[in-house]
Formats: sequence, structure tokens, C-alpha cells
Amino acid sequence: MKDFAFHRPATIKDAVALLHAHSGGKFLAGGQSLLPVLKLELAEHSDLISLAHIKDLQDIRVDGHNVAIGALATHDQVHRSHDVQKAIPALAQLAGSIGDAQVRNRGTLGGSIAHADPAADYPAAVLGLGATIVTDRRKIAADDFFTGLFTTALAADELVTAVHFPVPKRAAYAKFAHRASKYALVGVFIAETAHGVRVAVTGAGPKVFRLTAYETALGKKLAAGSLDGIAVPSAGFNSDAEASADYRAHLIGVMARRAIQALA
Amino acid sequence: MATITLKVNRQAHTLECASTTLLVEALREHLRLTGTHVGCDTSQCGACTVHVNGKSVKSCTMLVAEADGAEITTIEGLAQGGELHPMQAAFREHHGLQCGFCTPGMIMSATDLCKRSPDPSEHEVRHWLEGNLCRCTGYHNIVKAVRAGAAGMRGGK
Amino acid sequence: MTNEGFGAPVRRKEDRRFLLGKGNYVDDMVLPHQTYAVFVRSMYAHAKIARIDSAAAKAVPGVVAVFTGEDIAADGLGGLPCGWLIKNKDGSNMAEPAHPALAQGKVRHVGDPVAMVIATSKAAARAAAGLVDISYDVLPAIGLLADAIKPGAPVVHDEAPNNLSYDWHIGDEAATEAAFKKAAHIVELDLTNNRLAPNAIEPRAAIGDYNAASDHYTLYTTSQNPHVIRLLMGAFTLHVPEHKIRVVAPDVGGGFGSKIFHYAEELLVTWGSRKVGLPVKWTSDRSEAFMSDAHGRDHISHARLALDASGKFLALRVHTLANLGAYLSTFGSSVPTYLYATLLSGPYDLPAIYAEVKAAFTNTVPVDAYRGAGRPEAAYLLERLVDKAARQLGIDRIEIRRKNFIRTDQFPYQTAVALQYDIGDYHATLDLALEQNDRAGYDKRKAASAARGKLRGFGISTYIEACGIAPSAIAGALGARAGLYEAANVRVNPTGSVTVFTGTHSHGQGHETTFAQIVAEKLGMPVDNVDVVHGDTDRILFGMGTYGSRSAAVGGSALMKALDKIIDKGKKIAAHLLEASPGDIEFKDGTYRVAGTDRVKAFGEIAFTAYVPHNYPIETLEPGLEESAYYDPKNFTFPGGCHLVEVEVDPDTGVVDVVDVSIADDVGTIINPMIVDGQAHGGLAQGIGQALYEEVRYDGEGQLTNGSYMDYCMPRAADLPSFKVGNHVTACTHNPIGVKGVGECGAIGVPPAVINAVIDALTPLGVTDISMPATPEKVWRAIQAAKAAQAATKGA
Repeated sequence: MKDFAFHRPATIKDAVALLHAHSGGKFLAGGQSLLPVLKLELAEHSDLISLAHIKDLQDIRVDGHNVAIGALATHDQVHRSHDVQKAIPALAQLAGSIGDAQVRNRGTLGGSIAHADPAADYPAAVLGLGATIVTDRRKIAADDFFTGLFTTALAADELVTAVHFPVPKRAAYAKFAHRASKYALVGVFIAETAHGVRVAVTGAGPKVFRLTAYETALGKKLAAGSLDGIAVPSAGFNSDAEASADYRAHLIGVMARRAIQALA
Repeated sequence: MATITLKVNRQAHTLECASTTLLVEALREHLRLTGTHVGCDTSQCGACTVHVNGKSVKSCTMLVAEADGAEITTIEGLAQGGELHPMQAAFREHHGLQCGFCTPGMIMSATDLCKRSPDPSEHEVRHWLEGNLCRCTGYHNIVKAVRAGAAGMRGGK
Repeated sequence: MTNEGFGAPVRRKEDRRFLLGKGNYVDDMVLPHQTYAVFVRSMYAHAKIARIDSAAAKAVPGVVAVFTGEDIAADGLGGLPCGWLIKNKDGSNMAEPAHPALAQGKVRHVGDPVAMVIATSKAAARAAAGLVDISYDVLPAIGLLADAIKPGAPVVHDEAPNNLSYDWHIGDEAATEAAFKKAAHIVELDLTNNRLAPNAIEPRAAIGDYNAASDHYTLYTTSQNPHVIRLLMGAFTLHVPEHKIRVVAPDVGGGFGSKIFHYAEELLVTWGSRKVGLPVKWTSDRSEAFMSDAHGRDHISHARLALDASGKFLALRVHTLANLGAYLSTFGSSVPTYLYATLLSGPYDLPAIYAEVKAAFTNTVPVDAYRGAGRPEAAYLLERLVDKAARQLGIDRIEIRRKNFIRTDQFPYQTAVALQYDIGDYHATLDLALEQNDRAGYDKRKAASAARGKLRGFGISTYIEACGIAPSAIAGALGARAGLYEAANVRVNPTGSVTVFTGTHSHGQGHETTFAQIVAEKLGMPVDNVDVVHGDTDRILFGMGTYGSRSAAVGGSALMKALDKIIDKGKKIAAHLLEASPGDIEFKDGTYRVAGTDRVKAFGEIAFTAYVPHNYPIETLEPGLEESAYYDPKNFTFPGGCHLVEVEVDPDTGVVDVVDVSIADDVGTIINPMIVDGQAHGGLAQGIGQALYEEVRYDGEGQLTNGSYMDYCMPRAADLPSFKVGNHVTACTHNPIGVKGVGECGAIGVPPAVINAVIDALTPLGVTDISMPATPEKVWRAIQAAKAAQAATKGA
């Protein structure tokens, strides 16, 4: 691992100021994606700014229509939160399907979405539920947040502080995991929201995306049969030895149907 | 170099470490607690699993700087008074280990599970252990051992 | 009387230290002033090295030395030798190109070591390794086995212009062809046996420690056979007399074959320690392991089976192309020949067999023995072929096997491929496996699966293996360059406890317990009174180590022989004390007795007398009670059995779940049933791994494309069911325990059972073949293709 300076600010303001001052730096949340990258020297940063000592970033708050999850809430914490389980069970279930137990004990919501791995699970829920990403300086709609492969709308020194998930009427997530890495080869999040049906797909493309053809069809009738005859074009999909683009496209149909079954 | 203060197996330590030092390196190289093993470099195998503030964590995927002020338990800290922890005893009784290399991580992972779920089903054990690779046992006896170890832990032994 | 002898599920003596985190693995060791080695490895599959500039690396603070191929050549280090000479069909020797420890002007696979950087810290060594500047002239490469023998293929070694090390054969070609001519049915199959990475969870590690004052070398290494490493270093690579080399293999975290071989790194840290005057330690990363540990399997075969009208096998003809990788590893040449083709008779009465094996060099990591080593390849080929024959002839899969099994009255059975099986009962293991599987309840289970949208399949494999490799003389006649006996020393301490020194090495097998049980069985003492020492050439007389399921059969037999000598000497002492003739003394349950009387002496008393010989036949008997024995087996041992697998296939995704594994093995006499079952479990997991999850993938240019646990799929707990394991014992006829060996059974028997089950599940859809690993996409595609074919047929 290449050397770096380690910082542990106590406030959001200090954290942002530190990254502003050290342009080669990086925020460190749970580190479950960042540290493997640093260990293999696939990236290097002059400074790591640990967020662990900032108060209140782990909080989970639920009001009637909204689940607000602090950026540093761990996957395990979200998975086990009775409030989340009650308000958006699909979200709690998704958090419990990320990586493995040890990863869930350290990995965080904010870290996951800021990293924007194309095969991560959380982006599917964020986009599928139409969540709002709260940063130190603004609010970003999920539809505007994920901009590409490992890239987001965040400014270089911008810090995700929380994600606000609107409570859907119902939602479900079905994932087909890469057998070695446990990342999503394909994950489909389907939500029936106040503003219609949303379908978000992770793992298949360079970034999480909404499948509008499915949304339209399911908007008419939220049933597996509505998807019949709707082809998912595989152009631009990821293709590797574990799964070709065509297979991923096929799996989207299968996982979407399974998510619909789980909606009930 | 940074000064790190942490408690390992109920004992306080102050370490002078490079910022890049991983928790597992601090345990193995600075504290000579070599029961925590390293079996991969991509955070998959789980041989390095320890408890940080009571939760199982891959110590190869955490900087020791992140553990400043934390309470760490390693495999060496599980047995007390010369007597095996119930999970350790169950692994012996049910032949849940062969070469012994993945064993410390397995046991640290299993004890975290059983604290949360005192009587885990076979399905639960198998899924919980997704973060731990074993190449010797085929997991068959590990699963048996974890469930028996859970019973031992419930018994307050 | 102890109840810890044969058959007792004694809990393991070695467990306590592992459970407490107090194991002593190589990477746990710290020698005073130790330095750290990092290897600079080729990123190209095939290239000429134009220039190496180490200046920047040497300038890194903390760097002690940077060594390249030139340095080892200047010091005359020998290339890594191959331990088995294979002859071509025409009687000429195999091509055996040099295997240098550091590249000599050319690299031949990704991961081929080019330079060794030694520094006072790991970080400095790593940083400096990144600064060794190597200019390569990249050459075309062979990444895939099939490409090695294509016309115009790049040449890996000048010594093998056609890329073949050898073109070997076994069996009677004329008899085989004659049988095919009169056959009523011929069944043909093309098969690949996928390339695997052994993946012991402990990565390899080595520490070299040269003592200039005594001119002695100590090597601590992750080895399954420290004496073999010492022998090879002494005679071939380091060129130092063996008495000046000590090789220690302390606790070793799994091997599965991959830690048998003499590797460049252990040689180089030992040599490097002399060069820099400090201990040198190297620990492999997992990524490094994928490109430097020997891989396993990697065959392409075509097989033809001739049958008569009733389904009786007449003859088998096999052509196999085997991948050796870029260099001949220590036993790489023997695996696709004597460990493979000699097993092609399986448990069947198969009158004529002819097998040809071409072994090719490619620009990939060397291929050598991995759990089963050749025998899984043979079992997979045969059991897939037999299943296909059953389908083609319309005979039940179980019945066709029963019809062709070697009957118990046919033993000893001489196969058409050189082996003579001493004993077995294949009907008995088949019956036991069927009983464990609850075959009668299958239809109900299949219906239940169908109700969940899953296709259930049943698969069978009846296999045989040959282990306890030897006798030495026969192996030598076939090209082995080493003996295959084993050694044991029994030291009875004056107060009656026992220390056993064995040349085998335990890296998970539990020898510290099972070998103590052999002592318990023979001497009637508790296992707690026995210590078993292994893994140190300075403490142990000699040994060939642990591989090929040989430890109990060969090492245990050596121990039995040494214990017989102890008992015999004790009889003489007892006879003296009891004033009787030695011929009248019997030994049972730890007590010497004058036959037919109540005059007895306890074993402990005899031991004490041997060391305090006040009343002792000193004129005719030496004091002390310590004996050594070497045991060279008379034959291989032949474990066998039946593995039954049920799978559920999800037709929508192609995912295969193994839902039932019921096996019955015959591993001979069982010393510790708990450990025997554990060995079976581990082998099954690796076998299911081969069938469904694992495959090392190279692209056509020789780049390794899945060299980490992010991509190479290791079976996890949730991927496997619990196993139903049974044993039916026929005792081996030619060793004193009756033991056959259990380490490899699971890995040999289960892969074809899994694939046969998958094909069975998909047969209604029209799928007739699927290759390993049966990944979800592969299965899904097979289903799509079969559906399309059926639709086309209907349309036409």
C-alpha cells in the first residue's frame, strides 16, 4: 500500500475542509471497497480522511413517509434495524445480502453509493426507490446521482451525509450473485411508489439504471405476466467469463419476475 | 508514524505504526498474535477475522488507525483460564478443523453469529460463513461444530 | 487396556494449539535480523528479456540485494528437476527442458520469476520490486491447451519444437482394436478436464537461514515432504551436501498436492540467505499463488468404449492431450501417465484398453499433482462414458455398472493397464450408497423439486483409485527417480512414554492422532502417552512425505514394523526378567506374559529396564528401546466406492444446486472414523468445486483472467449440502494395517456423479452433454440450445 496521511475529523465541516485542502485525498468510511483497492495498489491517495469520528452519521430515522439513513450506517445496522424492516423490508433484506457478514459489519451506505461500483447492491435500492442523497451542501435526486462507471454527481470534496428513502407501497429486490465475489451479476429492485412503478437494475451495465420498458409495462399491471414479450437489449452490458451480456439481459427478466413474486 | 492505543484481548496496548498498517499486521507483527492468519489479498477468505468492539471484521481490510480506541478480541483471547471457549471445544469435538489455518477466522466469525442468533439453523450457519473459506473440511463438520458451539454458549459454559 | 486403537474416533491431539491460535506456520516465524524477499514476476506469457536494470530498485532505502537470472547462473544453481522420466512410444526419453529458478533470458508464463528483491522490510522490498526495470520483447504465446499442437503454434521450448514433452502410450492396441471390430455397440465422448488451482488457504512461504560459521543451511518451508526438498536441493539445485541442509516444514495450512513440489522460491531464499548473510523470508500473496503454485488437471480427451450386445464392456480406447504448463514441475510428467492411464479400467472387468497421452507445453503455470492427481481425470472420463453407454443402449445406469464390475471372486484382478487390484467389493459399496441415498424415495423428491420449478437429477459414479504409490522397484522401472517407501522411528522413553518420528507430514490429515492410535493399538497405551514428530529433516531419519493418500498405508506400515521390533525386543527383556524363553512370551494389551501363566511384566517396566539395565541380558542385547523401520509396499492400494449425487437445476437461470451427496467408500481398515469422514468431506467439496465452481482461465494470449478469489470461485459453506458418508471395509491384503487411503476419494469419485446428475436432470429437455465446471450460464445455454433444437425438429 502506498503511504498516505490519516486524518480523523470530528465534524462534517472539518472533513470536507480536509479533503478540500488535500486534493489527492479520499474519504474513508467502512473501507470495504477502498482498502482492497489500496492494498492491491490499484489506486493511491495522499490522504485518507476517516469519517468514523463524526457524530450522528450512523443514525437511522423513520417518519411516516421517509426513512433517513446516515451515510455511516453499516449494512448490518440497516439489515437489523426494526424500523427499516417495518418501513421498507426490501431495503433491510438488500442490506443483508451485501458481501458477507464481516463486510456488512464494516461497510456503509454512504461508502457504497459514493464508490458507485456497477455491481453493488445499494445503488439499486437508491435508484429503485427514488431516494434523495443528502450531502454536506445539497440534496441530489437518485436519478441524477449515478453518472457512470464508479462515478457520481458528487463534487471532488463533497460528502454524502445521509440518504432519504421514501417509503414505497411495496418493494422487492432479487439478486443473482457472482459466485466468487458475491457482487450482483444482476440485481433488480422493483418498487411501487406514490409516483408509479420504478425498476432499477444493478450489475448488468456500467452503472445502475432504470428499465423504463419494464416500468411502463408494470405501471399498467404490476404482475410478472406484464413483462412477457418485452426484450431487454443487451447492448452495452457487461460481459465477462462469469456472465455474457446476453445472459445478464436474460437474468434481468428472471430476477424482475422473482422480485415481482416477492412483492406480495 | 502514528500512535495507536487499543485494547487487545482485554489488555491495553500503545503502538507506533505507519499509517498504512493494517489491523492484521499490527496484531501479527507488532503484538506477535499470530493466530490471526492471512489467506488472501482481496478480502474474501476470512482467515483474518477478529472482533472489533464485539463484531466480526476482516482485520486485513481495516487500518489499525481505524481501530484506535477499539476493543479487539482475537483467537488468542477467546479461551479463559486455560479452558477452551465452548466454540473452540465444539470445533475439537466435531472435527471442525483439519490444517487449522482457517480455523481462527471461522471461530471468530461463528462466535459473532451465535451472539446474535443463539440457536442458528444449518441454513443460517452456512450463509453466515460466506465470508470464510475452508479448503479442508468441506464445511460439513464446521457447520456441526458451530451449532454445537452455539449450544455450549447458550449453556453459559 | 486402551480403547484408542483402530476404529476409535479419538479427538485430535493437534487441535488444541490450532484452536488457541498457537499453531506455528512458516509465516508466523520471525528469525533475528530477517529480511524479506519479493519476487518480480513476468506479466507476459512469453517474452524475451532484453534488459534488466536494477539500479533504481537497489537505491531504495532498506534494499539489501536484487538478484536476477544472471546471478544464479553465475553461482551454478541448478534448474528445478522433474522426478519422473516418461518414455515416448518409440522408447526415447521425454523432452525435458531446463526449468530455471529465475528466468534465463526468456519468460514462459505469467508469474515466471525474473528477479528477487531482498530488503529489510516487506514494504521496501515491495517498493523496490516495482522499480526493477525489465524490457521485454513479447513473443506469441500459447494460452490454451488445444492451441499447443496446432500447426504453426509458437514454440515454448526449443528442445520441444512440436511443444510436446512426450507422446506416450499404455495397453494393447491390437487387442483393443480387435475388440472394437467385434463390438455390437461403440460409445464415444469428447471430454475436457478443467484446470484447477489447489488453493490451500495458507499461501506458500519460506525462510532461508544460512549459518556461515557452520556452513549450514536451514530452510523453513510450507512443504508436504521436507526430505524430498532437501534431497532435490542437495543433489540438483543448491548443490550442497545434504548433511549441510536442514529442511523444516512446521505446521502447514493445507497442501492438496501443491506443496509437494520443489519450488524456485524456497531454493532462492536459501541461496539468497548465504548471499546476503541474513535470513530471508518470503510469503506468497494469494494473487501470487495463482500464478506460481502448480495447477492441477487440464486434459482434453477423446474416449471410445466397445460393448457387446448385452452391454458388457469389451474394450476402451482413449486419446488424451494433457497440459504440462510452461515447465515440467516435480511430478508433472507422472500425473497424466502412470497416475491417470493406469486407472482407466476403473472398477470394471475391461479386457482390453489402449491409451495414448500427448503432454504439451503451454505458456501457463506448470501443472502437477492436485488432490487425486490423474485419478480424477480417469474416473471422470470413464464414468461419463459409462453413463453415456447406458443411455445409448437403454440400460439402467446402475445395472450397467453392476454388470461390468470386477466380481469379488476375480481378485487379485490384473487390469489391462498394468495394475493388479488386490481386493474390493464394488457391489457392496454401491448397495450401501444406494441405501444412504434412499433411492426408493427419489420419485417423490423429484416431484417435490418439480413443484418448486426445479429439475431434479440423479447421478452415479463408481470409481477406483490407486494410492500408497510403490513399490519402489516397479515405480523405478516406470521412470520414477525416487524411492517410494516410508520411514518411522519409535523411541520408547525410559518411563514408558513413546515418541514417534515419521517421514510423512501432516498438514491437516491428523497424523499426530492417527499415528498415536497405531501405537495405542500395538502397545496398548493411551494416545496421550505418545507424541508424533514430523516435518524436520534434522529430527527424522528419512521420509518421502505425504501425498497420494500414502501416509497411513506406507508411513503407518513403517510404524507398524518399527513397533513390531520394539515388541520383539521387549519380549527378550521380559523373558530375561521372567526367566522364560522369549518364544514363550506373548504381548497383549500392554503386558508381557509367559504364555498360559499369570507371570507378567508391564510394558513400562520393560522400557525402564531397557534404559536401566541392572538386571538385563547385556551380553546378548543392547540397552535402550528404540527402533526404526523402512517400509516399501508390495503393491498400490486400491480404495474404491460409489458416489451418488442429486442436483436441482433452476431452468430459468441454469443454477445447479447439489442437494444430496450419499457416498460409500472402501478405504480399507479405518484407524479413526472421525478423521476418515473428515477427509471424505474435504475431498467431496473439492470435487464438487471442480464439477460446478472452479476453473483457472487463461485467454489465448496466456493471460490469467481469474487469478483471485474475486473471480476464481471457491466453494463456500452455502454452496454445499451436508454429506452422507458410509464405509464398507475390505482390508488391503498386503500391508500390516489393511489400510488403503482416504485423502483423495472424494475428489476422485464425485465430479462425474455431479455432472451425470446434471445431465440426468436435463435429459428430458434434450441436453446430452455438459462440461465442467457446469456454471449457470453454461447450463442455461445448454438448455436454450436443446430447446431450440427440439423446436427446429418439431418445425421440420
